[in-house]
Amino acid sequence: MATPIVVDSHPLDAILRADRIPHIWCPGCGIGIAMRCYAQAILDSGIPLDNHVVVSGIGCSGRVAGYMKIDSYHTTHGRAIPFAIGLKLANPNLAITVFSGDGDLAAIGGNHLIHAARRNVDISVICVNNFNYGMTGGQLGPTTPFGARTSTTPYGSPEFPFNFPYLLAASGANFVARWTTIHVRHLKRDILYMFGKPGFSFVEVLAPCPVGFGKLNYIAEGLDEMLLYKERCVIADGIPLDELGIDLRADQPIYVGRFVDRDLPPYKPVRLEDIK
Amino acid sequence: MRKEIRLAGFGGQGIGLAGLILGKAFSLYDDLEAVMTQAYGPEARGGASSTNLVVADRPIDYPFVQEADILVTLSQEAYTRFRPEAKPDALVIIDEDLVQPSSQDTCLGIPATKLAEDLGRRIVANVVMLGFFTATAGVIKREAVEKAIESSVRSSVVELNMKAFNTGFEYAHQTEGDL
Amino acid sequence: MTSTGVLVGKHFYQGDEACAEGAIAAGCRFFGGYPITPSTEIAERLARRFPEVGGVFIQMEDEMGSMAAILGASAAGARAMTATSGPGFSLMMENIGLAVMMELPCVVVNVQRGSPSTGLPTLPGQSDVMQARWGTHGDFALAAFSPWSPQEMFDLTVHAFNVADRYRVPVLLMADEVVGHMVERVVVPPEDQIPKWERKRPDPKRKDSFKPFLAEDPDLVPPLAHAGEGYRVHFTGLTHDEQGYPEMDAEIHHRLVTRLVEKISHNAEKIVRTEDHFMEDARIVVIAYGSTARSARRAVKDARREGVPVGFLRLVSLWPFPIKQFREIADQVDAFIVAEMNLGQMALEVERHVRRPVTGVYHAGGAMMPPDRILEAIREVANRGDTHRR
Repeated sequence: MATPIVVDSHPLDAILRADRIPHIWCPGCGIGIAMRCYAQAILDSGIPLDNHVVVSGIGCSGRVAGYMKIDSYHTTHGRAIPFAIGLKLANPNLAITVFSGDGDLAAIGGNHLIHAARRNVDISVICVNNFNYGMTGGQLGPTTPFGARTSTTPYGSPEFPFNFPYLLAASGANFVARWTTIHVRHLKRDILYMFGKPGFSFVEVLAPCPVGFGKLNYIAEGLDEMLLYKERCVIADGIPLDELGIDLRADQPIYVGRFVDRDLPPYKPVRLEDIK
Repeated sequence: MRKEIRLAGFGGQGIGLAGLILGKAFSLYDDLEAVMTQAYGPEARGGASSTNLVVADRPIDYPFVQEADILVTLSQEAYTRFRPEAKPDALVIIDEDLVQPSSQDTCLGIPATKLAEDLGRRIVANVVMLGFFTATAGVIKREAVEKAIESSVRSSVVELNMKAFNTGFEYAHQTEGDL
Repeated sequence: MTSTGVLVGKHFYQGDEACAEGAIAAGCRFFGGYPITPSTEIAERLARRFPEVGGVFIQMEDEMGSMAAILGASAAGARAMTATSGPGFSLMMENIGLAVMMELPCVVVNVQRGSPSTGLPTLPGQSDVMQARWGTHGDFALAAFSPWSPQEMFDLTVHAFNVADRYRVPVLLMADEVVGHMVERVVVPPEDQIPKWERKRPDPKRKDSFKPFLAEDPDLVPPLAHAGEGYRVHFTGLTHDEQGYPEMDAEIHHRLVTRLVEKISHNAEKIVRTEDHFMEDARIVVIAYGSTARSARRAVKDARREGVPVGFLRLVSLWPFPIKQFREIADQVDAFIVAEMNLGQMALEVERHVRRPVTGVYHAGGAMMPPDRILEAIREVANRGDTHRR
């Protein structure tokens, strides 16, 4: 039997609420990897930790707010983005990151998502996309691929999913990227980039959810999905946005990369001195 | 003392502004209480528009005009619609070029729109009417209305509006014999 | 650049305008809202005025977003407000609950119109008063006020911010279309006469041991740390312990919810406001609030001229309900009449607290209650003999 290794410290001690660990996520879940990238980006950002704020909605990814040792707001389902807008506009010195899931941000919060991108409010969004509602046991979400099985689409989903980069680009975001939980260096790099990017920036993180989604779709283990990403992901910066839909079943590439990086003016509250 | 005043005309005649000026005159520049109410929504667009004022020498409980003591109308439609709702013996003031009152009705008339056109701006017909109202209704001091005009219109048009007010006020005195 | 921007002096304001000016005078510098009749003039005035005073005005995509945005602004330290009417109020319920649970101060103005559903957008109602009390799910307590004049749209907006900040609770200003749209004199006092109750703030020297939901004071209100101050707080809508961490535990849940409710009920005397007239000899009391109270006062005056010993009690605050005032009065009078622009909502609450007959004068909304209807009810109750001579 192996001897357990006990350590006194962890590289992320400064930024994680150690007293809240172990986390609630299932074995093989990808959210922790995305959170790790976010945490490392914060440490590397040079922005004081006290100025970083994380806002989340409801769902597995929404629990990230509870593990980060920074000011953290775990809001209602879908409303993380407008809550974050209030924080940012009331205190523009804060570096606000919304960390939440695809269901929270694109279904119940979908209207807020596109309008925040349209306004180009200066916040960063990390959207973990695991193709289903994991917290409630694996139901159809707005990103569930066509034909995929979930507990509410037992015969395969009859709906088409959102293509996040296409949606966000059309809505007006300044920065849109997609990575997976195997692309940890790219992901951390782009989260760091978002902190310095004025306007609305968004990174989609494809992540395994073996318990909620994988087991019904022949990706039984988290590692299987990581291998799938490794084999099929193609870095394709600048590819036409309408080709970025995801079909996990077909023998198709999954495109990742930076798809939008532009400098539309960010949202600014109206001030009389700016008009005169 | 409680007086109910209704100003009515069609959209674009500045009925709302006239009511606001009068309300300010009563409640800010005289020692009276005044409440102004207006109809809102689809029913307030097009057709007859009205502004209603209740004026009293003590706090006003019920703020709406029920039976107007004074009715000022700048359009036939407004007259036709609101005359029956006013008191039978109400003081009725009309733009005599725009309103043909019923034969039994005793009204005070002024060609407010024409006088405003003579001043070069038809849009001040409402303020001409306010001048005439002030001179004839006997419910508000001239100075109070003048102060209210000054504080309600853009500074570039204060002079024009004062002229309009004076025109209406003087018209009442010129025609005193007819009243 | 921020400036106080308070327009001290006498004005002839619409109720909605007075509310906006009250917000500015109270130091509110964040408004997130969605246009809806008959509250829109509040947003319109703040859209024009906030840029002058350094406030943030943002028109959100819907009322759920509006409510979330003002909570975010509140968490960052701003006095924040939104304004709406029935349909939008329903959409705000979700995050009013979040405000209760996170104990984030905010002010929500509901200029009530005829309801349910789309109802009568341009015409008055008072049928959201129970929704104000019980609208979001769960057990909770908050404060709600009912202005009856443009002057009170100003004064009670200031008071609403003070109560919200002092007790870390969402405060609702339950106006109605009559009061929102009528124009009347409003006196804006000099700034040093505008009351300001501050948020209770944590001790920076105890930053490391700070527990954001630990209420050590008898008022049950924990100090509020704002985002960016270094307290590294965690706020959640989940049931949480004193540190703010989620806990799925019945005892912690019971303790939290009980404190959230008692925080208001124990401090009710400092929050509630009522106004009464002619109570010295009253055997019958007419209860009303908002615009209906104007009709009620007129009816009471008319009835007294007819010799009926009737008094007038106005609910300036609806919630918490002024239980103490009612219990005191109930011992001295024989009957109550409740007049309201709904089919009997606050009357239920009056019935709960007085062991005297309660007669309702109800109208579903769409027009201000005519004083004569209340006068008739007073005459009926007087003749029916509920009023005994002692």
